[in-house]
Parts: sequence; structure tokens; C-alpha cells
Amino acid sequence: MTWLKDKISSPSKLNKSSQFDWDWVLVWVLRIMAAITGAIVLLIVIFLILESLPFLQVKGIGPFFTDQRWNPTEGLYNFTPMLWGTLLATMGSVVVATPLGIISALFCQYYAPVAIGNLYRRLIELLAGIPSVVYGFWGLVVLVPLINRLHPPGASLLAGIIILTIMILPTIALVADASFGKVPQEYLLGATSLGLSKWGTICNVVFPAAKSGLFTGVILTVGRAIGETMAVLMVCGNVVETPSSIFDPIRTLTANIALEMAYALGNHRSALFVSGLALMAIIVLLAVAAEVITVTSSPVTKNS
Amino acid sequence: MKQEIIKSPISTILVWLVAVLVTGTFAWILGDIIFHGVGGISWEFLTTAPEDAGRSGGIGPILVSTGLILAVAMGVSVPLGVGTAILLAEFTSATNWFGRFVRRSLDILAGVPSIVFGLFGNAFFAKTLGLGFSILSGGLTLACMVLPILIRSAEEGLRGVPDELRLGAAALGLSRTTTLFHLLLPAAIPGLLVGLVLGIGRAIAETAALVFTSGYVARMPQSLLDSGRSLSIHIFDLSMNISGGDTNAYGSALVLVILLLMINATAAWLAHQSSSKYNDSYQFR
Repeated sequence: MTWLKDKISSPSKLNKSSQFDWDWVLVWVLRIMAAITGAIVLLIVIFLILESLPFLQVKGIGPFFTDQRWNPTEGLYNFTPMLWGTLLATMGSVVVATPLGIISALFCQYYAPVAIGNLYRRLIELLAGIPSVVYGFWGLVVLVPLINRLHPPGASLLAGIIILTIMILPTIALVADASFGKVPQEYLLGATSLGLSKWGTICNVVFPAAKSGLFTGVILTVGRAIGETMAVLMVCGNVVETPSSIFDPIRTLTANIALEMAYALGNHRSALFVSGLALMAIIVLLAVAAEVITVTSSPVTKNS
Repeated sequence: MKQEIIKSPISTILVWLVAVLVTGTFAWILGDIIFHGVGGISWEFLTTAPEDAGRSGGIGPILVSTGLILAVAMGVSVPLGVGTAILLAEFTSATNWFGRFVRRSLDILAGVPSIVFGLFGNAFFAKTLGLGFSILSGGLTLACMVLPILIRSAEEGLRGVPDELRLGAAALGLSRTTTLFHLLLPAAIPGLLVGLVLGIGRAIAETAALVFTSGYVARMPQSLLDSGRSLSIHIFDLSMNISGGDTNAYGSALVLVILLLMINATAAWLAHQSSSKYNDSYQFR
């Protein structure tokens, strides 16, 4: 195609003098709408910074790592236990959910009969839409008592990892499924004609070809796990302590905001916004990383 | 050809096991919610007000608040989102700096954690704009949140409209405004509706962004400036803060899941409509 949609000459531009130029109005209304949409991210960042500044100007970043503990009423603001909580819950769930999600996608694409594969995909899509509060509720009434029987108190890092795994698995599975779907049929045919087994084809042909899609999927999922609030809040116990075992309760950064924001004032409120700003920064970094991976790894279809 | 690949049993068994495990876990979750929740749902439960902090009574006012929050969210985000999608799909080239900026910020917006939306909504809508803890604050916060989903499907819907329509319209001397309103938008309606439905699904599932924007008050809201408790917050509050609230929490969770199942089915049906539309009627290329 030599022409572009936005370049199709419009007749109303040709006889501008004859009537009011509605196309001009339309384009500017649309531009203003798009500008508002684009400005929301900037507004979020600006307001997070504005609300964080009172704390950062007076105390800087130091107290978040050097204070003895987290106790805002005494003016102590150590984030470290919560950072560990977020980090461990995220890493644990991503490590478990990634293989499960990718194998689920393999099942849809290569192992299941077409009808079952489609049904399974529909199920995964459905699960991606279930509210975090429902997962959290199930975790609270079913999972936590189960873990409690195994090793009290039950509300723990382990419960958080399990719930997060269940919640992010659909995201990984759907992204992996989409990137497997883009692997050219010729590759599979070639592998088959060379006598590779199905598993051999998957390891040596499908994975390398779908690599960038899988990486992007995992990065998206890390963002989802870091940002998840309600489910984690409901099953993790929320004790501000660095966990020493997987059965210890934890509190994540997001849960901390949700728990304390309602009554936080002054420096306390400002400190919570600093943690929100930190979350935002992590998300932006992850988005940039995902973009870099997509851009640098050239699409596989080109060199076929 | 897929069947012709020689099977290697161990890996095949492993893959099937994972699939069964995942299906089983989800059947467990849904089964548990349905099994415990179905007894609590009745016409009375759906229409009466909660009593005794939600332990007994129903969820009438909560459904009304949820509906109002959704109405505000979609009422604001749909025009804004469709407008942006039209600009991105029809009036901006892929290399234009403004289009790239809007796209980039939408990508980031899609990844922002809901609790950060909550912080932003609290600081901007509730505090700076002075709306307080209200249905309006909550709805506007959710509007920001669902924009990326809305725009993505609206844009896809518009891109699915064959270029013959645009060329034909230009050849007939129609203005771009006329082309848009009389040809492109009607043709893209299924795509726009998919976006709307997915957006409602995302908004109705949200909890963290509403905790400190729309608030906790479980009374029947009198105006959009009243605080109103959404269904998801009701479930959270009953299960976390109220001992003995589990029965009604199960009932509310089942109502929420059923709503989402309906939303999901509608979206799938609409997506099917829009994909089959041009395969039937525009095969003249």
C-alpha cells in the first residue's frame, strides 16, 4: 500500500471557503481527548511526587532503610521488611507460575485435541478476569486454614505465593499461547521432517522462536505480582517483619498502603506515597525493559 | 501435521498433568464459591439493606453503589477512550510523535498497580478537586484505570474495518467527519462494545483503587457525592473485618462471579460477531 489512512485527502479540505470546516473541528476535538488520555500517566506521577515531597524534603530516603522498624506513630519509617515481603512473594510466585503457565500454553497449542485446547483457553481467559478479592477470599477461608494445619499461623508468605501464582498464571499462559501461535508452521514442519520428537521440537524450535514473547510475558507478570494488593493483603498476615521461613507472615508494600492509608496523616501519609512512587518507578522500568526486549529481538518470521 | 510428530510419553504426561492440576485448582475455587454461596442468594438478599454490619440482611444498596460507580466510570471513559482510539487509528500515522507519546503512556497506564490508582484518586479527585470519599471520586479513578483496555479494543475494532470503505467514501467526496460517523463507527461497533464490556469487567472486579476513593459506607447513596461501598469492597470488609460475615461474603462473591461470567460471555460473543462480520459480506477483494 502506498497510501496511509491518515493521508487520504479529504474533500472538505479542498473547498474550505464554501462551508464551515467540520473535519478541522473533529480532528482537534479528538486531539484534545487523546491529550487528556496521555496526560493521565503524567498526572499520576506528578501527584505521587507532590504528596511524597513533604517527607523526602525533610528526611530524604535514608530513614526508609536505616530506621529501627516501621512504626509511623513513633516516627520510624523502615521499609526494608516490606520490601523483602514484596520481593519474596513476587519471586516465589513468578518462579512457580512461569513453568506452569508456559506448559499450559504448550498444552493448548500442541498437546490437547483442538476442542479441549479451545475450552482450556476459554477457562484461562475466564480466570484472568476473576477479581483479586474473590481469590483473596478463597485463600482466606480455604487455603490459610489448610496451611495452618500444616504449620501455624497459616497466613504466611507461602499462602501469598500460592495465591499470587494462581492469579498470574493466566497472564503468562495467555501471552505464551499468543507467542507460540506466531511461530511459523514451516518451522514445525521442518522439525518434524528432520525426525525431531514433539518435546525436542518444543525445546529446540518453538522456545527459541517464541523467546521474546515469553520474556515480555514474564516481565508483565512480574509487574502484576508486585502490584497485586487485595489478595495478598487477605492471606499474608500483614505482620511487619522480615520473614525467616516460608511459613512466616509478611506484609507487602501494596498491602501496607491499603492498610494504613485510611488513617495516615502528615509524614505517615507522605511516606505511603513514597512507597507508591517507588512502585510506579518499578512499573515504568519493567515497561521499558519489555519494550527493549521486543525491539531488540528481531521477529523470527523475517529470517525464514 | 501436529499429530504426526512422534510422541515422547514422559513430557506428554507432564503437560497433561499440569493442565489437569490447573483445571482442578480453578474448579476447586469456583466450586467452593458456588457451593457455599448459592444458598445465600435470593431475591431478598439482592434487594434488602445489610444489617448488623453485613452479617445479615442483603446487598441492595451495595449493588446500587456498584452500578453508580460503574456508570460514572464508563460514562467518562467511553467518550474519552473512543475519541482517543479514533485519533490513533484513523488520524495519526505510526511515526507521529504525538501518537507515539499517547501510545507509550497508555502502555504504562495499563501496568500501573490498582493501589497506585487508589493513591492518585485519593490525592487528585478526593483531595485536590474536593470530591471527598464519594462515588464520583471512585468512578473517575476507575475511568482512568479502564481507559487502556477500552482504547485497545476500540482501536482494533476500527482497524478491522476494511480500507475499501474509506477509499470508497473518499472517492464519493464524503468529508472525514461524515465517513467517521456514518461508515466507520457503525462498522466498528462490535469492537467498541467488546471494549466496553471488558472495561466493565475490569472495573467491577476492582477493589484496591476504591478503598480510599469511594469509601466504605454501606448505606443507600443519595447522590454521586455520597460515599458508596462497591460489591468487591463489601466482600473484602465482610471477610477481613467482620467475624461471622463469611456466609454473606460467599453470597456476595458468587454474585460478583456470576456478573463476571455474564460479562465474559457477552464479550466473547461480541468478539465472535465482529470477527465474522467482514468475512461474510466483504469478500470482493
